[in-house]
Amino acid sequence: MPQLTCEKLTLGYEGKTVVSDLSFAVNAGEYLCIVGENGSGKSTLMKTILNLKTPISGKIVTDSGFATTEIGYMPQQTAAQKDFPASVREVVRSGCLNRVGLRPFFTRAEKQLAEDNMQKLGIDHLAKRCYRELSGGQQQRVLLARALCATRKILLLDEPAAGLDPNATAEMYEVIASLNKGGTTIIMISHDIEASVRYASHILHIGKGSSVFFGTKEDYVDRGGYGA
Amino acid sequence: MTDIIDRLAFYFSFTFVQYAIIVGVLIALCSSLLGVTLVLKRFSFIGDGLSHVAFGAIAIAAAFSLTNQFIVVLPVTIISAILLLRTGQNTNIKGDAALAMISVSALGIGYLILNVFSASANLAGDVCTALFGSISILTLSTTDVWLSIVLSVLVIAVFLLFYHKIFSVTFDEDFSTATGTRAKTYNFILAIVIAVIISLAINLVGALLISALVIFPALSAMRVFRSFKSVTICSVIFSMVCAALGIVISILAGTPVGSTIVAVDIVGFAIFSLIGFIVKRG
Repeated sequence: MPQLTCEKLTLGYEGKTVVSDLSFAVNAGEYLCIVGENGSGKSTLMKTILNLKTPISGKIVTDSGFATTEIGYMPQQTAAQKDFPASVREVVRSGCLNRVGLRPFFTRAEKQLAEDNMQKLGIDHLAKRCYRELSGGQQQRVLLARALCATRKILLLDEPAAGLDPNATAEMYEVIASLNKGGTTIIMISHDIEASVRYASHILHIGKGSSVFFGTKEDYVDRGGYGA
Repeated sequence: MTDIIDRLAFYFSFTFVQYAIIVGVLIALCSSLLGVTLVLKRFSFIGDGLSHVAFGAIAIAAAFSLTNQFIVVLPVTIISAILLLRTGQNTNIKGDAALAMISVSALGIGYLILNVFSASANLAGDVCTALFGSISILTLSTTDVWLSIVLSVLVIAVFLLFYHKIFSVTFDEDFSTATGTRAKTYNFILAIVIAVIISLAINLVGALLISALVIFPALSAMRVFRSFKSVTICSVIFSMVCAALGIVISILAGTPVGSTIVAVDIVGFAIFSLIGFIVKRG
């Protein structure tokens, strides 16, 4: 059974339909890229998958591996975070909260998990630095480290390369690809069709006028994907 | 100098002055604890709106000649806080305007009720007290003091218990919700705590000046410190020191307590801004 199945989803906000009749499935270990123009409903789709929004119609079926304690989410940065006084360590540790329950403090194991993930993403030397003073690429790594604290099983990423320079973008994609090789299911929103085709196993293209493509990367390329 | 110390020692021998300091510092502590979250969540205007609602509640209490206004003020403020936080969720213009509407309505209707129903001989004085705080902090009963202590301990306990969750929900509500932290529940708890603090603080600084207690410590600390923990600790200390100083100065100089505390807060903010500026340059 797939980890996530979406059946005939219709999405929108304030009563306006943005996408309709969206069906796709994601199996464990796959790497799905969601591509499409601005305003095509990519972020709305991700928020719906995460239960932050309710779909207008259709249903989302998930297996037991898709519990909130198994999901890592890397949202786009919000305006409030631009002047938020928080150290890198504080932000990364907050990713562990989904296993904390009502306990008011972190255990040693959880703190260690945060340190491990910072090391993994090469930001351990920044642990005491203030989040808002980092470069865009470093900030994205912090948010990815936080998502990794929440899970190693499924990662949902909303434009992880937004606002990064080409080098930082390439590094970010490499990091995500290596996580996927380690068995983590990746669902990623991207602007960058070229990179998506290079790294993903499956593509979901949401185009204008509800033209939707879902299939493997190979099928996408064969169809001359860009214009799909 | 010895003269001032003698006078202070003399004043401090009175229990009502001791009460004032205890309650003042406790209120300052509580209001600054949540100040950081409110400022960062862009909720500072909600504190302001709520204080106006609290004024309306006081007016109603006065109209019914209730001696213990707290009974009316606390529940009314809590209910308004919950409603406001719900609309404030997407801080769009509509929510903003709704808030402005509620706060001016509360002010206007409050004054109207006081004018029409109040039996008090000194109406202007009552209104001024409710808006700007008063000497009432010097006339606290033992019940008031205990109530303040109990509520403050509760506020502090809630904050410490949920510290990490409050951080996470403040920093990134979507992430918290997606990974199973109930952001809505914590917003709800925040709303109640804010209402409690405002109901308490109205005794100290009055309805119009409460926001100062919430905003100044947080903004001052954010000028200098760079992690959530250090900002929180700094703003608590800042707020307590300013409140104590303000109360002492107001006793010595015979100035109104609330506005003196706010004046000290402003000076403190200026000093911290300067420090922040120098640290950045250096």
